[in-house]
Amino acid sequence: MADPVLELEALEVRYGTVAAVRNLGLRLEKGELVGLIGPNGAGKSTTLHAVMGVVPAYGGEIRLRGESIRGRSPERIARAGVALVPEGRRIYAEFTVEENLRLGQAGHAARNGDSLTRAYDLFPMLKEFRRRSAGALSGGQQQQLAIGRALVAEPEVLLLDEPSLGLAPKAVDDVFEALRSIREHGVTVLIVEQRALHTVSLADRTHVLVGGELRLTLGPADAKDPDKIVAAYLA
Amino acid sequence: MILGVLDFQTISDAVGLGAIYALMAVGIGLVFGVLRLVNFAYGQLIMAGAYTLAYTSSWPVTYSILACFGVVIALSLAMDRVVFRPLRGQTPAVMLVTTFAIAFLLQAIAQIIDLRDDQLGEVASSVSSLNEAITVGGVHIRKVAIVAVIVALVALALLALLLTRTTIGLHTRAAASDFGTARLLGVRANYVIAFAVLLSGVLAAAVAVLLTVQTPFVMPDFALRDTIVVLVGVVVGGIDRLWTATLGGFAIGFTSVLINGLLPTEKTVYLDSWLFGLVILVLLLRPAGLFAWGRRAAGERV
Repeated sequence: MADPVLELEALEVRYGTVAAVRNLGLRLEKGELVGLIGPNGAGKSTTLHAVMGVVPAYGGEIRLRGESIRGRSPERIARAGVALVPEGRRIYAEFTVEENLRLGQAGHAARNGDSLTRAYDLFPMLKEFRRRSAGALSGGQQQQLAIGRALVAEPEVLLLDEPSLGLAPKAVDDVFEALRSIREHGVTVLIVEQRALHTVSLADRTHVLVGGELRLTLGPADAKDPDKIVAAYLA
Repeated sequence: MILGVLDFQTISDAVGLGAIYALMAVGIGLVFGVLRLVNFAYGQLIMAGAYTLAYTSSWPVTYSILACFGVVIALSLAMDRVVFRPLRGQTPAVMLVTTFAIAFLLQAIAQIIDLRDDQLGEVASSVSSLNEAITVGGVHIRKVAIVAVIVALVALALLALLLTRTTIGLHTRAAASDFGTARLLGVRANYVIAFAVLLSGVLAAAVAVLLTVQTPFVMPDFALRDTIVVLVGVVVGGIDRLWTATLGGFAIGFTSVLINGLLPTEKTVYLDSWLFGLVILVLLLRPAGLFAWGRRAAGERV
């Protein structure tokens, strides 16, 4: 069997003596969209940060296409083909939309001018407003910019940290619609979300993290059973 | 009324020194932008350049200036590689104290080299011809004031182009604004920091030439006072942005010459008292920086 695109094996992350993630194992095959949900402090964002090299893994292994990336710097991991859309978007508000997208190319191993078209195709608004200051965009548009910026690096793995946080309902729908399209392009996606029902119905699998541990794995069919999701949070 | 007291010559000198201080402010601001580090050893880079000019005084002036640039740039990059890079990730206080240590170390090394002839101080005579005055409409303007303004304008224009039109410039601006996110996007920290240090070294070398023209007698504390004044100017202007830091540098250079011109000759020993008194007043009235207007609060958008 081929190596999974992204694999976490017995991952452990600690903040001081507190274990934020314990014995976490995940396998993401090419083109899969996997969700991570759970209450605040469950270790969801910490997991993404550990994959990206922002926080060190205390134990376990993180592999990209079978090769360990544990201990590498964030920029090396980005250049290896992993892109993170961070919580709060973290766009450069004073830069133009196009400059933000060009920054995304930093993570592209073989940089070319055409990679911006990928973001423009998915979010035509970005092309229309490309000369505008990114800070002037609405929250939903800024989120589209953050996702577009990650995509111009043409990543194999896209990590999203609460992309719907603080957005109006219409903007949330737009983000989830874009994720469907991204999956169709064969990008492997790991998404951390608070909107459990949205995530479960979209993802191929959704893992519920509680207290840093994998509690339960749900499939799209479970979206019809909100009680099961609530029970997983409270268990 | 002030213009009535000051002659055109004082104003041209003020613009000249303001231009030199603006260049120093850019050099300090660039490194602060990417490393969040106030490099107190910046003045010693300029001092090293001035000594190079002094020791190569017998060379043709172009070679002498090239040697100055070579020494200062090499020293800047060595400082990054040997000191800043291993200490990256340490607290700002550790980095700050380290730059003090480098400043004293470089000054001590300069003293050892300088005292080999048992006399403290060397004369950089090759570039002093620029200190001559030319007469325009009955007013004497020193050539170095004109050269300083031209060098500053050209250097700032080139820097602006480099930062806004090139990929490494875009990466540098991004790193200066939010280094964590820049690294997440794949921006290479070491390249960007080395680039900023290199540019700041080029500016230090240019300043070394301009200051040596004005003050050809080079001592180990060469440019020390200027660096302290510029650091204050950078804070007064607003250290977290390059253009406000640059304006701050220009403003304090310009103002110090103006105050010097306004004070009676016997009172010029109080120049620093007046200057820093003004600085305190500005910081009380505008603590975020003299030129930090128009900054929007980064509100959450939905």
